[in-house]
Amino acid sequence: LPALDEILQFTITGISIGSLYAIVGIGFMIIYSVTRVVNFAQGEFVMLGGMLSVTFYQWGLPLSISILLAIAATTLLGMVFYQSVIYPIRKAPGFSLVLITFASSLVIRGVATICWGSQPRSLPYFLGSTPVSIAGAILNPQAIWVITSTGLMAASLFFFFRYTITGKAFEACAVSTFLATLMGIKPTRMGLFAFTLASALTALAGAVITPLTFPHVGIGIHLSVKGFTAALIGGLDRIEGVIVGGLALGVLEALGAGFVSSRYKDVIALVVLLILLTFRHQGLLGKAKTGRV
Amino acid sequence: LARRKLAEFNVGGLIVESRSKEKQLMLNDVKRNYVRYVAVAAFVIAVATMPLFGGHYYLTIGNFIGVYGIAALGLALLIGYAGQVSLAHAAFVGIGAFSSAILTTRFDMNPWLAMAIGVVLATLIAAVIGIPLLKLEGHVLAVATLALSIVIYTLFIEMRPLTGGYDGISGIPHVSFGGFVFQSDRSNYYLIWTFVLFGFLFASNVANSRVGRALRSIHTFFGGSETAAQSLGISPAKYKIKVFALSAAYASLAGSLYAHWITFVNPEPFNIFISLLMLIMVTIGGMGSLWGALIGSCVIVISGEVFRELLTKVVPGAAGEIEMVAYGLLLILILLFMPRGLVFAPDIIENLISKRRTRVPIAQNDLSGR
Repeated sequence: LPALDEILQFTITGISIGSLYAIVGIGFMIIYSVTRVVNFAQGEFVMLGGMLSVTFYQWGLPLSISILLAIAATTLLGMVFYQSVIYPIRKAPGFSLVLITFASSLVIRGVATICWGSQPRSLPYFLGSTPVSIAGAILNPQAIWVITSTGLMAASLFFFFRYTITGKAFEACAVSTFLATLMGIKPTRMGLFAFTLASALTALAGAVITPLTFPHVGIGIHLSVKGFTAALIGGLDRIEGVIVGGLALGVLEALGAGFVSSRYKDVIALVVLLILLTFRHQGLLGKAKTGRV
Repeated sequence: LARRKLAEFNVGGLIVESRSKEKQLMLNDVKRNYVRYVAVAAFVIAVATMPLFGGHYYLTIGNFIGVYGIAALGLALLIGYAGQVSLAHAAFVGIGAFSSAILTTRFDMNPWLAMAIGVVLATLIAAVIGIPLLKLEGHVLAVATLALSIVIYTLFIEMRPLTGGYDGISGIPHVSFGGFVFQSDRSNYYLIWTFVLFGFLFASNVANSRVGRALRSIHTFFGGSETAAQSLGISPAKYKIKVFALSAAYASLAGSLYAHWITFVNPEPFNIFISLLMLIMVTIGGMGSLWGALIGSCVIVISGEVFRELLTKVVPGAAGEIEMVAYGLLLILILLFMPRGLVFAPDIIENLISKRRTRVPIAQNDLSGR
């Protein structure tokens, strides 16, 4: 029988990696709800956030400046990505959009491999390196950063969508672009905004998680799929749901890797995704909203 | 005008459906499309006579074009007729290849039987994935197939006792027919291209059958409408599932032919990058056209060879990444600037010559659909 402190340890590890999945999932949801684009390049923005922070840090810049610069650069790329690739074909059939984000993710990954090679990179811990002990399990100080920043991001997004006029316009677009247009909201501007916001969020998450997970250039595609799984568990329409989904997925994965086999770690999330899509496509926490044909 | 667009499109894919149209319109189409008929004749002659004067190197390229061509035909049916994207086609090719390899080397099975079992297996997997997913709107299938391709690739590597892991399986027997063993590259060339021929004929029959017509009525690419089709009693999901399963069967067949020709398989060629290559083949040739799939596989395999030659001279090492970036950019550029593919290049040229601007834009989504 597995010891209780082992379970606790894996759960804590799972929660910190799950926070990352949650943020990627929120990025997915933000873009999908407004533009109906399934953005396969989402995970690459996490990778860029992490790798750029490391690069700027290695150039001798202070850690905080490096991270800010990395987020700015990734956000800029997200905006350019929307304007130059998504915007011109926004009215094309859905499969063109799927293909184009998929192709873009491979391009970003290829360029990153040429620039950085395929070795994993790391950053120092942000503050202190003394592990905190909770009931026999060890909590890494960086994990506190990860969990706190995820919580802050989620709270500010929640506030933004609930109480600001831009947030309301955004939600209106998610409900119906056609009706939003009648209300004087420009869906293309909201689309650009969605890509900006999503790439900034995921870049920040990528930078914060770097000291823990040692990212390399190949992580993007796995993160895209896992973020989508998190979003799907949450039902693709509510931030709270996506966060619960991401955390659940992270914990499940950590437990699976700890007790079953770490070789099949990545497969666990994907199997969850396939089962969910098969039996509960509206998500575990979502209402039945997706239309059936 | 809408009618005219449709006629042009069908003849463009050489899926001629002019029986129901006015004779005059048909004659016009034939006149306007002589470029295409000449091109098709040239293609068939080139394929049939190539082994007579081509050496080992050219036969290998020809075989690769054939293998990719079969898989691309299936993918073209899926994208062009069901409007769905599969990112797992390389994995389906891998299922065919590994079924053939495992069943013939570990269980001494007849290659033809192993090939058939691979096809059945791939079809079943596609059906199991497709039945729940294709009932949903949107592009869940793309996400699910991406997940599927990662799962299958991981299984190929991790199930060492069965698949041999990274080392793969060698010593796969060649197929034989009535005592004749398809051993040389030349005999395999004819074998593979026979399958391409029958695969093409079958696919164009499907495209012209009730299934094909139903799918075209759904697909906005052909000016159809899912709602209108449903009101005529057509169930889009049913047809989409059938086409997805069929396209997986094509991919698996291609994989088996590859395995029996090369006599060695390892997990490497069945990764996500090869799925991207196949998607490029279909889109560069022309979505919604079976000829497009074949033209696409010719263009990509040949340009890939040229590209690799040049690259190894200019930058040794990192060639794989540069290839990935180049192909990714290529796909983006096609989707942005030439969404109808190379099959429609004659149209574009003719329009330029005759100064008749009859540019047909890619079908637009209607806003009210949301």
